[in-house]
Amino acid sequence: MEHITLLIGIVIVTALVFDFTNGFHDTANAMATTISTGALRPKVAVAMSAVLNLVGAFLSVEVAKTISGGIIDESAGIRPEVIFAGLVGAIVWNLLTWLAGLPSSSSHALFGGLIGATLVSVGTHGVHGEAVVMKVLIPAVAAPVVAGIAATAATRLTYRLARGRDEADTARGYRAGQIASAALVSLAHGTNDAQKTMGVITLALVTGGVVAPHSDPPLWVVVSAGLAIALGTYLGGWRIIQTLGKGLTDIRPAQGFAAQTGAATVILASSHIGFALSTTQVCSGSIMGAGLGRKGGVVRWSTAGRMVVAWCLTLPAAGLVAGGAAFLAEQGDWGVTAVAVLGLAVSGAIWLVSRRKPVVPDDAAPASEPEPAGVVTQALQAVAPPPPAGPSVTAPEPAVAATS
Amino acid sequence: MNINWAALGQVFGVSVVTTVALVGVFTLGIVGTAPRKGGSGGASALVRSGAYACYAACAAAVGYGIYLIVA
Repeated sequence: MEHITLLIGIVIVTALVFDFTNGFHDTANAMATTISTGALRPKVAVAMSAVLNLVGAFLSVEVAKTISGGIIDESAGIRPEVIFAGLVGAIVWNLLTWLAGLPSSSSHALFGGLIGATLVSVGTHGVHGEAVVMKVLIPAVAAPVVAGIAATAATRLTYRLARGRDEADTARGYRAGQIASAALVSLAHGTNDAQKTMGVITLALVTGGVVAPHSDPPLWVVVSAGLAIALGTYLGGWRIIQTLGKGLTDIRPAQGFAAQTGAATVILASSHIGFALSTTQVCSGSIMGAGLGRKGGVVRWSTAGRMVVAWCLTLPAAGLVAGGAAFLAEQGDWGVTAVAVLGLAVSGAIWLVSRRKPVVPDDAAPASEPEPAGVVTQALQAVAPPPPAGPSVTAPEPAVAATS
Repeated sequence: MNINWAALGQVFGVSVVTTVALVGVFTLGIVGTAPRKGGSGGASALVRSGAYACYAACAAAVGYGIYLIVA
């Protein structure tokens, strides 16, 4: 560790911050419906997810040798500045979508950031266009469709089989099943996404000549990446949890079970077959599918539409920020400093805006009396102005900030 | 551009069939153990053991899922 330059150090810290936002952003995937059906209380749910993410980080022996899965030509002269710029772009986009309460793929943000930074600093030959289509675009389109159809069919079936039974009698069983499915999603997330950060840090160490090329990540990298993602998961992106758990559709225990089981199955089946689908899109799709599967169930398409807009914007937006950051960082030490300062300023500003209308864990828990879930923030209206009518555009009363 | 339609189709088929099967089997377990609406007494021993077999099958599926993550 003795030859870590200041720049490499900055890249490592930035990678861990990204890892934190990744956990923070993706808690919703495993836990949103688990919380909204009342299967687990909010704090218990995020604690369980955090532990499983941490465990997941240590589980896999298959090391992320390439941070981008072949999307970036990593031998084309990727320097620490480029990785740094890519990470800043990904973090900024993750925070913006969190502010808007929209689930978007953290992996896509990372890919977008790295692509943007590479385009600016290396040129078009540094990016493999075909890999972008195969590994990002097609999975992003296929994931919600596959997961949605699976969850719709499963929801229909379970309601048909359990007809004639009281919902109160079956709810306990469904909740127990949902916890198991959510645990699998959390574990898979820790394994996949903590690996990405380890890959980024290891690549930075390789480019700095600290460790030999193609070597496994040192233990301290594994530990710190696992802890960062677990901490982010535990703090929980409550805005996104509220959107997925309550905003998209009203989830009952049977639907929550069907949605979460569908999500776990699609994630594991797709990565096992070798056509990995994006976790965020899978989970969002399965929740919508479960919403459609119940008789009388509704999907709030205005919320779904905003979500899709965010998905489409993720790659270019993170890329744009990262491209600008790469341009600055290339200018030398003052440029890197400027990017770091700007990145901190933007993150701080987003955090300040979020405090104006905080979303606390209890907002995501099942309400004692049903009320339309509202997830509108000013930033969200700026991203995609929602139609003026509809149940999902009722602004929530400013909740009392609870920082327990 | 070489899109791997076969893999995508396989993902679709396996995902839908597995999800529906798992949810279906687990629901049978729930139905077998939950009290019948306004019914007289609990379920018979046969129904009960069938329901537990359903739960066991789902537990095995979760175990296989963990195996897939670890392997």
